[in-house]
Amino acid sequence: MSRIETELKTSKENGTTMNEMTTSGASTAVTERPLGLETRGVHAWFGSHHVLSDINLQFPERSVTGLIGPSGCGKSTFLRMLNRMHEFIPSAAMAGEVLMNGNDIYAPEIDAAAMRLKIGMVFQKPNPFPAMTIRENVLSGIKLANLKVSNHDDIVEKCLSRAGLWKEVKDRLDASGGSLSGGQQQRLCIARSLAVEPTILLMDEPCSALDPGSTLRIEETIHELAEKITVVIVTHNMQQASRVSNYCAFFLSDGGPGVLVEADATRKMFTNPTDTRTADYVQGKFG
Amino acid sequence: MPQKREMHVVYSLGDRIFRRIVTAGALTSLIVLALIGLFLFARGAEIFRDMGFKFITGVKWTAGSEDGTAAAEFSIGPMLVGTIIVSFIALIVALPLSIAGALFIEFYSSQRLKRLLISLLDLAAAIPSIFFGLWGIQVFSSMAERWSYLLNSYMGWFPLFSNEMQVFGRSPFVAGLVLAAMIAPIITSISREVYSRTPRELVDSCYALGGTRWGAIRAVVLPFGRSGVLGGAMLGLGRALGETVAVYLILNLVFAYNFNILEAQGGNIASLIATRFGEATAYELKGLLAAGFVLFLLTLTVNMIATSVVQRTSKDRS
Repeated sequence: MSRIETELKTSKENGTTMNEMTTSGASTAVTERPLGLETRGVHAWFGSHHVLSDINLQFPERSVTGLIGPSGCGKSTFLRMLNRMHEFIPSAAMAGEVLMNGNDIYAPEIDAAAMRLKIGMVFQKPNPFPAMTIRENVLSGIKLANLKVSNHDDIVEKCLSRAGLWKEVKDRLDASGGSLSGGQQQRLCIARSLAVEPTILLMDEPCSALDPGSTLRIEETIHELAEKITVVIVTHNMQQASRVSNYCAFFLSDGGPGVLVEADATRKMFTNPTDTRTADYVQGKFG
Repeated sequence: MPQKREMHVVYSLGDRIFRRIVTAGALTSLIVLALIGLFLFARGAEIFRDMGFKFITGVKWTAGSEDGTAAAEFSIGPMLVGTIIVSFIALIVALPLSIAGALFIEFYSSQRLKRLLISLLDLAAAIPSIFFGLWGIQVFSSMAERWSYLLNSYMGWFPLFSNEMQVFGRSPFVAGLVLAAMIAPIITSISREVYSRTPRELVDSCYALGGTRWGAIRAVVLPFGRSGVLGGAMLGLGRALGETVAVYLILNLVFAYNFNILEAQGGNIASLIATRFGEATAYELKGLLAAGFVLFLLTLTVNMIATSVVQRTSKDRS
């Protein structure tokens, strides 16, 4: 318990106490912190292929949760279910509930587009809109969702600053987004996501296509973001998971659908995991 | 500074043979194109010499009298203008329809409907144009006459839509609409293909930013597909420019400039050639081949402009 408190202090979350997270079967991560997002009994299919089974997971507000596991364990699919990107794949199906502030985002009355304003996403490959300038890229979400805002310049500066890109691009906001380096492009994508003020940001291996320097820069950005919003990040990189996340969830598939093996505070997952498979994975024995 | 070394690549026998084969393939089409152009020009040269620039601008197409009292005079002004008018009507009508159709198939239809529509489109693109001509004159023109009438009643004050004779069949407008139906499948097919190559992650990004489907289409798909769709449109335009039999069946061939697209008179170069070819004198035949050369240059120019536009816009993107 004290361990976790120390960890929270380092991520500037002091003042909040938190229980050791309990693990029972696949259901995990109960804290006293308010929840940003929660999944209950989530399953996923592609056609008749069952890829995820019964995932119960909770994402405390203003923290970073890392989703780890070997390739093909369904963690990216799981991430895409958290803001209903899953449904754009033909033949994709799901079961269970994803709750944001207690409301099921899959409920029939939910406007999925409006929901995604609150739950943003950053993809594996940096993908600024190629036909737009840096500035237009940052404002693209506002334009797409028809949000009425007047202070465009402030938003551009604020979002680029939060994404750690402002100093590098402030003199060339009208250059094409494609003229930036890979790492800068990815930070531009983060800035773009922030412009519509999401409360949750999902990141699907955001650094896997980047060099170590850019990776470090983005990890700093993630730390800063977690002061205000909830971040869920899929990563293949164990060091990255241990560096950026407060909590970790370990997914595994042994031929069948992916399951949640264990979820806990990151420190515990890496030093003293409950499940031996977790221990083997984080120590690099497989995966 | 060290001297730069020459780099030699040694190709294997198989590679050398294959290289010859593909080179021959590429050259064949070029040679055929050049030979056709050369043939048309050589055969029409006498007319170009006799008529000069008037061949393009003049309005008279007459074989003269047999005893030589009236001189033969050939010029294709009205047909050239008619070609362009009919083709542009076709393009203006077909392009928006095709873009809408392509977007529907790619983004709004169900998987099953999508497969069905794609194969139907490819089928429609392969229908011989004579069927479009027959359908146009037998079935479609009565409907198009009604539209023409309405267009004339409400927009008749605008010269383009005026019609003194109040006869609405067999007009450039009707012919243009039939050509539109003919080229729409090709343009739709190409547009859909281009739209389907929009990088998935860009579309996903739009959705992840709270965008709607239409928002994603506007922000990403349309800009991405622009140059490809333009290329498809030019291909359609090329087909419309050279269309012979459908225009021949529908249009009332009249040798005069006609900018009132609802009036029952017009023509294009290809249908002029088809009409006159059978009974042409040796000298008139040269005139027809000269007209063919002009059409050849026109389609070549359109295609070259299209290529350069496509290259430029795709360069802008990267």
